Amino acid sequence: MRSLASICVVIFALIVVWYLSAFVLNTPWAMDKAKRAGIEISSKELILDTWSQEKPKLPAPHQVGLEIWKTTVEKKITSKRSLIFHSWITLSSTLVGFLIGTSLGILLAIGIVHNNAMNMSIMPWAIASQTIPILAIAPMIIVVLNSIGVQGLLPKAIISSYLCFFPVVVGMVKGLRSPDKIDKDLMHTYNATNFQKFWKLRLPTSMPFLFASLKVGISASLVGAIVGELPTGAVRGLGARLLAGSYYGQTIQIWSALIMAAMLAAVLVGILALLQRFTLNRMGMT
Amino acid sequence: MTLILGALIFWVSAWILNARLADSALAETRFVKLLVPLIFGLTIIGVWELLVRGLSVPLVILPPPSLVIETASQNLEILWKDLVQTFIKGAFRGYVIGCMSAIFVGILLERFEFLRLGLMPVASFMAALPIVGTAPILVMWFGFGWQSKAAVVVVMVFFPMLINTVAGLRESSQIQNDLMTTYAASNWQAFIKLRLPAAMPFIFNGLKISTTLALIGAIVAEFFGSPTVGMGFRISTSVGRLA
Repeated sequence: MRSLASICVVIFALIVVWYLSAFVLNTPWAMDKAKRAGIEISSKELILDTWSQEKPKLPAPHQVGLEIWKTTVEKKITSKRSLIFHSWITLSSTLVGFLIGTSLGILLAIGIVHNNAMNMSIMPWAIASQTIPILAIAPMIIVVLNSIGVQGLLPKAIISSYLCFFPVVVGMVKGLRSPDKIDKDLMHTYNATNFQKFWKLRLPTSMPFLFASLKVGISASLVGAIVGELPTGAVRGLGARLLAGSYYGQTIQIWSALIMAAMLAAVLVGILALLQRFTLNRMGMT
Repeated sequence: MTLILGALIFWVSAWILNARLADSALAETRFVKLLVPLIFGLTIIGVWELLVRGLSVPLVILPPPSLVIETASQNLEILWKDLVQTFIKGAFRGYVIGCMSAIFVGILLERFEFLRLGLMPVASFMAALPIVGTAPILVMWFGFGWQSKAAVVVVMVFFPMLINTVAGLRESSQIQNDLMTTYAASNWQAFIKLRLPAAMPFIFNGLKISTTLALIGAIVAEFFGSPTVGMGFRISTSVGRLA
């Protein structure tokens, strides 16, 4: 209860700070406008103006909220101006990439756990590759695939899958290795085959690790999909909205796309958290 | 055809060598532990080179590694300037500012329970968000120079770093805190001698995660506008020329 109260206080404070900084950042433009029109503006008018400019440096929260409302509820979903349409484009490539990336990652992790040579040769690279800013070459992948005629969802999904691949591999390897020695010995005394050991011991014990890395993976996929939309000339998707907004100085559009991306990430992680709680509950692991 | 066959043979033989090494008695030595991944890395580069030449893949799609190295060595001067612009001016400054302020805020949060309860859920929510998306806004605010890149980096590294710092500072157990109390240690002493050292593994972990984020932030921010140097600029213009 107490934490809920403090969260509310903090969020309220953030909104107040947002309004204040909108005032500070937008004042020069408002003053400039008034000066050119040759009129004096009262401080009340000034404040109202800083919160309702068309291309403000920092739009006030209600402007962003209004823009989101206009582009989601009031526009048809099929319209190119609908934020839901763009979110769906981004979401679909995120999900496809996430599916490809996690399934490949889990498979590789199984290979690594069962094969010593694979473990020794791939694991160091898998860990090292997490330190490479792979996102930076994402545009290259997009444009190259574009030049040989692969367009649309697939290139973005490839970037997404690459980004969530390694966190899943590393997490799953840790998870599949997490059974205690005593449990493994027990399986051994039951004369369990390798497959039985995997299916009945390793896989169930790896579940908490799997979900932890899935949560990291899905937000990485979303970032990948958004960045993947930047270089193709800003056609569709949330990343494209960001880029188009920055080209034309449409700050409100940038902010609404950003908030939409944030909500998408929150929903995706939230779904995985629910799934995690449900699964672990059913398995009696909580 | 011979090149493709060569690639296959090279791959299989390197793999057999690795499998032998991994299962041999020497597998636990430091040398072999370094050697095995090294052989694997070289295999990938070798197979890449041979396959690209053997299948005559167009240069646009995938250049052979030898050509990449050759081009890099010919353009060292440009690459060095890009590195200075992106890495030292943008990423590094942002990294230092972001991590320091995150550690500072983390220490503050640890002192004030109410703030921590309120801010931590918000911070962990923010850490899961696609923060790179703020890049266009920050580029608009701070201009095309390194300042905007540093700003993006600050925003990107701040939240992961903050979460790690706070988690670390809360790592000391109740019994240790009680011991400090029985020593009549002041709050400051308990902080310096117990909580800060206990937080170090977490802080370093956060610093490690942040390095990658810093580079990503600096490079992606350059896609939204930059002076005519920088690694992100180089990538986006070269991609534009398909070179």
